Amino acid sequence: MTSQHMKLFFAIILLLVSTGSYSDTVVHREKSLYRNIVVTEKAGKRCLVFSVKRQQRNQTCVDTNDPKHIVFAYVRMIFAGLLVNPQPTRGLMIGMGGGTISSVLTSIYPNLTMDLVEVDPAVVKVATDYFGFRNTHQIDVHVTDGRVFARRALRRNEQYDLIILDAFTGEYIPEHLMTVEFLDNIKSLLTPGGIVIANTFTGSSLYHHESATYAAVFGPLFNLKMPGTGNRVIVASTLDLPDSETLMANAMMLKPDFERYKIDLRKYVPNMNRDPDWKTDKRVLTDQYAPANLLRNR
Amino acid sequence: MPTKRRIINWTVLTLAFTSGFIIMSIELLGGRVLAPYFGSSIYVWGSIITVFMIALSFGYLIGGRLSLLAPRLSKYGLFFVAAAITAVPTILFGDALMDWVFLRFEDPRYGSLLAAMLLFFVPTAILGMIAPYSVRLLVEETHHSGRVAGGLYFISTLGSALGTLLTSFYFVLLFEINEILVTMAIALVCCFLIALIVDREVEAKV
Repeated sequence: MTSQHMKLFFAIILLLVSTGSYSDTVVHREKSLYRNIVVTEKAGKRCLVFSVKRQQRNQTCVDTNDPKHIVFAYVRMIFAGLLVNPQPTRGLMIGMGGGTISSVLTSIYPNLTMDLVEVDPAVVKVATDYFGFRNTHQIDVHVTDGRVFARRALRRNEQYDLIILDAFTGEYIPEHLMTVEFLDNIKSLLTPGGIVIANTFTGSSLYHHESATYAAVFGPLFNLKMPGTGNRVIVASTLDLPDSETLMANAMMLKPDFERYKIDLRKYVPNMNRDPDWKTDKRVLTDQYAPANLLRNR
Repeated sequence: MPTKRRIINWTVLTLAFTSGFIIMSIELLGGRVLAPYFGSSIYVWGSIITVFMIALSFGYLIGGRLSLLAPRLSKYGLFFVAAAITAVPTILFGDALMDWVFLRFEDPRYGSLLAAMLLFFVPTAILGMIAPYSVRLLVEETHHSGRVAGGLYFISTLGSALGTLLTSFYFVLLFEINEILVTMAIALVCCFLIALIVDREVEAKV
């Protein structure tokens, strides 16, 4: 092989490798009871997609070259909720995605134990096989409906100081996880000073109804939105919400822990808004009235 | 001046349409009623559909038997009022009942099956009795019975389709579940009154 040939050979290899990494490769595809699950890889990003032909949505992504890099803005925004309770010890998360959030939290807080509730067994399997999710001694995975788990947890007198609600795929909303009765249940599971962090919707009539529902249960809320994202994260507490100085002090305290994930929580403090920016006269969602999926199209 | 036959036929078909409508409306709302206790997973729908199918099959059987005993429009009306009465506990005591089941059954599959059974079996079975009894009221001659039954299924299944559509597209957006259920119960009582009035009218004509 001449050097000329060698150069051409390497050029072709390089081309193949680079085009390969920039196109969307489907790594895994499966039909679960609830949805189509697709794992794609593109440009070093591996994503969990709950696929619907019309509009695919990335549920969670990891950077395959740098697993510590948190790809999604909303995941970082969920961590900003910790500014309200920076030292959680007992967590509950409803909706697991790729398992990133619970993995990061239990690694930052060695004393934190978490119940992780996911209705779809296939999601747990995919998170384990493709997203490096590990069922450590700190994490208990429960494959069951979030509402059923919360009701049983209340019966067992469980208490959590951190509850994360992330059960919404973007395509279908479990309507029974967005009602006053459910949030009352969640509130009863919180310790004094415990917080709930909810990843929610923007950009439809549902935004107003959902905000009104959270406000009806928890009173004042932090409403976190970041420019350039379509996400909104609600943070509520059983106690009074802390002032900006406290939030900033907590951000400073958490800075070393989140540095390895390239997250600086300080930048979220100015966007932790207390004033309602929703139409407060909208009907609250209840078990009797919960057409969340219909309201979403309005 | 419509004949006695025509009046009876139209009344039976209208009431059968309404009962088809209400069966499916209640079935759809059943999912919503159970969700706060047992979730909204596929097995909850499985429970509801199973219970409705079993209830309807027994309803058909019993309704057919009852149609042998001097069938009359006024008796036909009793199915409607009975369905309305047995649906009331679902509205009033549904939560207490589901609480009771929830505490005793750890597995939400059997919990939802039992709860669906307790809440929906009786009213649905009674609504199921309406179909064969309607056939009996409509059929005059044996060799017409297939055509009459076909026409009845056509009307009552169209009612079911409309009940499904209106409930899932519009009613849940406009009303609370209990408001819809109460309205259904009132509609059933109205069906009873219509049957009673028409029965009296056609008897007077003789």
